[in-house]
Amino acid sequence: MDEALDVHRLHFAFTVTFHYIFPQLTMGLALLLVYLKTKALRTGDEHYNRAARFWARIFGINFALGVVTGIPMEFQFGTNWAEFSKSAGGVIGQTLAMEGVFSFFLESSFLGLFLFGEKKLGRVGHWWAAFLVWLGSWLSGYLIVATDAWMQHPAGYTLGPDGQFQLASFWGLVVNQWALWQYAHNMVGAVQTGCFVMAAVGAFYLLTSQHEQYARTFVRTGVLVGAIAAALQIFPTGDLQGRMIAKHQPPTLAAMEGLFVSEQGAPLVILGQPDVQKRRLDNPLVVPRALSFLTYQSWSANVKGLDSFPEEQWPDKIPLLYYSYHVMAGLGTIFLAVMVLAAWLLWRGTLYTSRAMLWTLLLCAPLPYIANTAGWMTAELGRQPWLIYGLMHTAKGISPRVAAGNAWFTLLGFMGMYAVLTILWLFLIHHEIERGPEPAVAE
Amino acid sequence: METIWFCLVAIMIAMYVLLDGFDLGAGAIHLLVAKTDAERRQVLASIAPVWDGNEVWLLAAGGVLYFAFPALYASGFSGFYLPLMIVLWLLILRGSAIEFRNHIQSAIWAPLWDVLFCASSLLLAVFYGAALGNVVRGVPLDASGYFFEPLWTNFRLGEETGILDWYTILVGVLALAALVMHGGLWVQWKTRGAVNRRAGRVAGQAWGAVIALTALVTAVTLRVQPQVALNFRTWPWGYFLPLLAVAGLAGAGWNLVRKNERMAFFSSCLYLVGMLTSVVFGVYPMVLPARNPVHALTIANAKAGAYGLKIGLVWWVIGMILTAGYFTFVYRSFAGKVEAEEKLQDSWGE
Ligand code: HDD
Ligand code: HEM
Ligand code: HEM
Repeated sequence: MDEALDVHRLHFAFTVTFHYIFPQLTMGLALLLVYLKTKALRTGDEHYNRAARFWARIFGINFALGVVTGIPMEFQFGTNWAEFSKSAGGVIGQTLAMEGVFSFFLESSFLGLFLFGEKKLGRVGHWWAAFLVWLGSWLSGYLIVATDAWMQHPAGYTLGPDGQFQLASFWGLVVNQWALWQYAHNMVGAVQTGCFVMAAVGAFYLLTSQHEQYARTFVRTGVLVGAIAAALQIFPTGDLQGRMIAKHQPPTLAAMEGLFVSEQGAPLVILGQPDVQKRRLDNPLVVPRALSFLTYQSWSANVKGLDSFPEEQWPDKIPLLYYSYHVMAGLGTIFLAVMVLAAWLLWRGTLYTSRAMLWTLLLCAPLPYIANTAGWMTAELGRQPWLIYGLMHTAKGISPRVAAGNAWFTLLGFMGMYAVLTILWLFLIHHEIERGPEPAVAE
Repeated sequence: METIWFCLVAIMIAMYVLLDGFDLGAGAIHLLVAKTDAERRQVLASIAPVWDGNEVWLLAAGGVLYFAFPALYASGFSGFYLPLMIVLWLLILRGSAIEFRNHIQSAIWAPLWDVLFCASSLLLAVFYGAALGNVVRGVPLDASGYFFEPLWTNFRLGEETGILDWYTILVGVLALAALVMHGGLWVQWKTRGAVNRRAGRVAGQAWGAVIALTALVTAVTLRVQPQVALNFRTWPWGYFLPLLAVAGLAGAGWNLVRKNERMAFFSSCLYLVGMLTSVVFGVYPMVLPARNPVHALTIANAKAGAYGLKIGLVWWVIGMILTAGYFTFVYRSFAGKVEAEEKLQDSWGE
């Protein structure tokens, strides 16, 4: 039984983490594409349309991978988490079904038009296609986050006679307060991925002296939008997420921060390796009292450590949770620094020639992916040992009849499949970057 | 209320079969009807802008099933664990093939994806048919409401069935024939020249096979699942549904001979709708028949809470009106035949 639990968890974690590599760029780029199309429409400058066409090709590849890896997700609730689905399907099935009905139809219909119908639709029509693709992808993000938010912070349900959760308030589910903040933070993260990728491609072209006119547009767009996003990521959205956790999942907060003992004026840990057995951090590097201040706006507030909670309520993978959180927050700080510096150089007019900064932008491209993945790991590991926070344990949710052997079989299958997809994806994106934007017609 | 949702899920699945059915069928005959690169692009161009939207019907139907009948979703999906995962892998391969084939010009790139596209479409059609066969035949549900079936045991009907036995394979073959016909008619309608001619010929051959197999499967099904005959006897108006299928099949043949491509395709749609509704009608009110009828999942014991079902109806109707709007717009925008030379717009610059 225990092995089965571990495999099912790994199965889900692996497939969803892989899936999320793609939507984060989709959602971020969708916004930037609307920006480029709007520029093209307002200025009448074909340059922006050609720039948009280049990104639309990358978008298309990325989207296709998002689709093929997303479809398994929709099914895995039933295949691997049958008990959970049976209990909670009446509630979270709503948001998942709405995602299909409201956003995937919208997205997939207009993506076809956006990619294949530019000539047929005309300028304004094509702008609308871009806009609706953006709307669809952001709506889809909301509904899936609302699904997750219900598991983090259940709302709008009652317990039915047969032990199943039933929907009691539609709006309670759909505008769960947890979902609103989680969504805001998550989408800003997706925008950061889009911005860093766009800026990195621009930086690559500048460093290798190709397509320079486009490269400037890419770098400028990426840096300007990226700087705003990097700030919003930390404040208010990240900060508020933290406070929500402090209020509703206090053991999670203690584990994320590596706080083993409750403290008046608790420090913020920058570095240090948690030793769960000895209940302490090795070689800690801390900012005194900062955690109390960040969570409760008072330098001497009491923050509850893990010792305030019985051990069964502790998340079961404390070190991984702790590192995920620190990687995310650390990278968030670095992103802000990089983007602000780049924006400053842009304002000074030296960004396009500053090789050091261009190199930095180029090398940063993978980091938002890591930050986003780490963020989700924080959320999901932090929820443990609960599958539905406070209501259902993860161990109670798996499919009773799917043996560990069968789950291993399909997990390995997905791993092999996804290894191939990764290679394909890198190869195709590389190919598109190599091919570059459409050459400006000699005027 | 639960009967309404039973019908709505059935409608969504039927939409999936009609729409994704033609692009699956197009895939299954891809290698047969299109020989040169230009011809293969033609087949792909006939489905490229719409296939993803078509596939969303599967997701949306799955989602609706999830919230309207959670116990069915849980039991069915975990019980059919292995075939579902294989279906997912095939969907991954197929989606990749459609999307990536035209990104790179090379003597080995496109042919590889063409073969994968064809093979995955073909296998999917068979698996879908076999899945339907499993539902009709019934599964080894027990008192806990769960079951698990291996891919196959001894290929016989009996106590220890697998997903594949002679009956479900037979249904799978019928599904393949039906979708080959359906896809062939679609490709014929959307293309010109050699592809058009070959697609018409393949559809015609499939038509013959469909007639024979439909008759055979119907006869066998009446013995495998007694509920079907019972339901038709209880509510004789139900005979209307198989008659639709017969009419559709006759119409497809007639229009094929008359070279009325559009009507031929729509007749094939009618056939599929008739077949699916007959099956659904035949197993009602069960949603998952069990070997031991006491444990069968029915719409009553699998349904979700009343409030959720009521609210769901509100947004479902709104969502479907919107969706109908998008689909009309998209299919209109891509109406007419695709041209042999017309390259997908995104491959400019070569
Ligand atoms: C580029 C991505 C990115 C960056 C730089 C940050 N985050 Fe984040 N964070 C996410 C991307 C993300 C995410 C992937 O979007 C998560 C996962 C679940 C969620 O809703 O958002 C998340 C979750 C998340 C959570 C909730 C975990 C839970 O639900 O248990 C907290 C408390 C923070 N973040 C806090 C921060 C702080 C204080 C940051 C900055 C210094 C920060 N994040 C930077
Ligand atoms: C709406 C979105 C999501 C839902 C509904 C969801 C739900 C789940 C479920 C049911 C599990 C298995 C039970 C468990 O081990 O806790 C799980 C685990 C996990 N999910 Fe999510 N998830 C979502 C999004 C994500 C995303 C986007 C990521 C990462 C990028 C992610 C990362 C993980 C990880 C790492 C685990 C494993 C946790 C562990 O093994 O302890 N999740 N999630
Ligand atoms: C368990 C969790 C998840 C499930 C069940 C799921 C399901 C799916 C499915 C089925 C698709 C393909 C849609 C199509 O055919 O057009 C898809 C794509 C997508 N998903 Fe997920 N997903 C999950 C996690 C997430 C998360 C956490 C996000 C973002 C916050 C997200 C955002 C998107 C977006 C924007 C797309 C559009 C296609 C793309 O981006 O490539 N998904 N998802």
